[in-house]
Amino acid sequence: MVIVEDKKSVHAPPPRRMSLARRETLEGLVFLSPWFIGLVVFTALPIIASLVLSFTNFNLLHPEDLRFIGLDNYIRMWNELLNNGNVGMSLGVTARFALMSVPLMICLALGLALLVNQKLLLGKPVFRTLFFMPVMIPLVASTIVWQGFLNGSTGWLAQILRSLGLPAPDWFADPAWALPGLVFLGIWGVGNMMLIFLAGLQGVPTELYEAVKVDGGGAWARFRHVTLPMISPVLFYNLLISIIGVSQYFTQAYVLDPGGTGNPGGSTYFYNLNLYKEGWSYSQMGYASALAWLMMLIVVVAAIVLFRTSARWVFYAGGAR
Amino acid sequence: MTGKALPLPLTGSGRKRSHRAHAIRFGISRLGVTLFAASMAMIFLLPLAYMILTSFKDSDQMTALNAPLWPAIQETYTAADGQAYTLYEVPTASGVQDLALEKPGRLTSTFIDPKTGQEVSWQGNWRSLSSVWSLEVKLDNFSTVLNVLNFPLLLRNTLIVSVLGTIGAVSSAVLVAFGFARFRIPGKDGLFLVLIMTIMLPFQVLLIPQYIGFRAVGWTGTLLPLIVPHFFANAYNVFLLRQYFLTLPRELDEAAQIDGASPLRILWSVIVPQAWPAIIAVSLFHFFFSWNDFFAPLVYLSGHADLFTMTVGLQAFSATYSRAGSGTLTQAGSLLAMLVPIAIFFVGQRAFMRGVVISGVEK
Repeated sequence: MVIVEDKKSVHAPPPRRMSLARRETLEGLVFLSPWFIGLVVFTALPIIASLVLSFTNFNLLHPEDLRFIGLDNYIRMWNELLNNGNVGMSLGVTARFALMSVPLMICLALGLALLVNQKLLLGKPVFRTLFFMPVMIPLVASTIVWQGFLNGSTGWLAQILRSLGLPAPDWFADPAWALPGLVFLGIWGVGNMMLIFLAGLQGVPTELYEAVKVDGGGAWARFRHVTLPMISPVLFYNLLISIIGVSQYFTQAYVLDPGGTGNPGGSTYFYNLNLYKEGWSYSQMGYASALAWLMMLIVVVAAIVLFRTSARWVFYAGGAR
Repeated sequence: MTGKALPLPLTGSGRKRSHRAHAIRFGISRLGVTLFAASMAMIFLLPLAYMILTSFKDSDQMTALNAPLWPAIQETYTAADGQAYTLYEVPTASGVQDLALEKPGRLTSTFIDPKTGQEVSWQGNWRSLSSVWSLEVKLDNFSTVLNVLNFPLLLRNTLIVSVLGTIGAVSSAVLVAFGFARFRIPGKDGLFLVLIMTIMLPFQVLLIPQYIGFRAVGWTGTLLPLIVPHFFANAYNVFLLRQYFLTLPRELDEAAQIDGASPLRILWSVIVPQAWPAIIAVSLFHFFFSWNDFFAPLVYLSGHADLFTMTVGLQAFSATYSRAGSGTLTQAGSLLAMLVPIAIFFVGQRAFMRGVVISGVEK
């Protein structure tokens, strides 16, 4: 980020120019003001407030009892983490889901992007639209669709598996299969990532592929030594976005179990389900703020780790940024 | 693919053959890749096919044995005594016949032949037989959903939230993006960095104080918390619009400036007319966002069913009906809930998909 100095303003500028520059600044600030007001009211103040709240016993139904309780909320969280209480369990569910879905979704998105970028493929725009379309379906509706589709007796997937002579689990009724069921649902929304990968692929200069060809490299060499390094910034972006996405996972789990217990058997008790329950069902907003900060810390640490390692595997064609 | 497609002047017949072989191989791999993509697309669309077919079904069909995938009803035969009997496909000595089951028995059952009206005795377990189904598209699920779910009300609320929110989101983001793209402001780069950082902020840390604040001013139980915050420029939208504004040539605004046009006038008559693709993309982003938003309506509208938006209404409906029925009603509800966003997506998909790419890649 370099601010280019206006050369003329270095020499003693005439007073009229000064006032013009100041006027431009003022006008610019007026244009920025909607964002700036929003930043203060809806972002900066809430962040400070939630940090402060996390050290209180604030209960929405009894605001008059408000007092500072030091680290009590964090100690409670720590205990619920160690004895595998709600915090430990919900973090476990969220982490398991992340480990299952993020690598799978990245690979699938890249695979689909390579497919719809294939010069051999006929009707590319049609396929691009079809693979992207499920992203447009409101999450509540797509969760209901998959709830039916994965039903153990009347759902089509179970019927297909049974007709092939394979055993068919009742995904959303079986603690071992509920998370894989949600992974399917996640894969259905892979279109966003696919489009971003696709744009990355289209930005790879064709000369590089020709160079590999001249060197006698095959399709795998082209992918491994040209495509992958050239799209690594996009891969990095998608990885970051999917980590943030998992940290905010809520709607699908809530639709599956509006009781908020993460049925079946707590296997879908995602972190934000617990946060919603503590904050809104039990009105313990002080404690829920502490939960929010724990998740924020986890995301920040994950992002820092990702940025640190990125120097080793993310390749910016334009040099250092 | 024949030699006609090759404009090269070919001399020897040997070369001609090798070219043709190449063209054939190219055609085959082209077909293979396209077929593979088509089968992937089929898999992607399978859940939607399930939803559409299920929503036209009678709920009895969901649990019936040997029922077809498409919406259908069991065919019956009305006997002379006015009673209706279900038709089954019965294997007999003279091939499979459609017979009406009159007296089911474990080992021997009595059927009526609909053609002759005569009773036929059949040996075997009637439960192993499959009944005769005929295509029957039922709209009952949709009429139930329209009434019970109160679909028109949900549509109205969702449209209020999404249209007002989109107006606010787009107009504020256009103003702010113009500020970032065209004015020299000390410390602007730092401010822009702050803007980008707010994209990464997890929503949880903001949610609770925002909720407490909106409750304090008495806005919970109204649509205002779902609309008003969007009038203060979302970082994502500002980023996208600013990137686009920076690509527009400055000569036109400078000319307008020399003519004495005010900044607002320049924005309105010079920048906006050139930036329609980005503005449409941002509008679609916000429209789909509010059509999909669940957490905010869930907490702000809780207990006010008359204000429910599509997502919370559909979720409440599904929570009540998914256990009671076998899903035909909830599938019909989902189908109705996705009609508007899918229709708008197909109309505006080019601008929308380009917007996804701009905001994803150029960071």
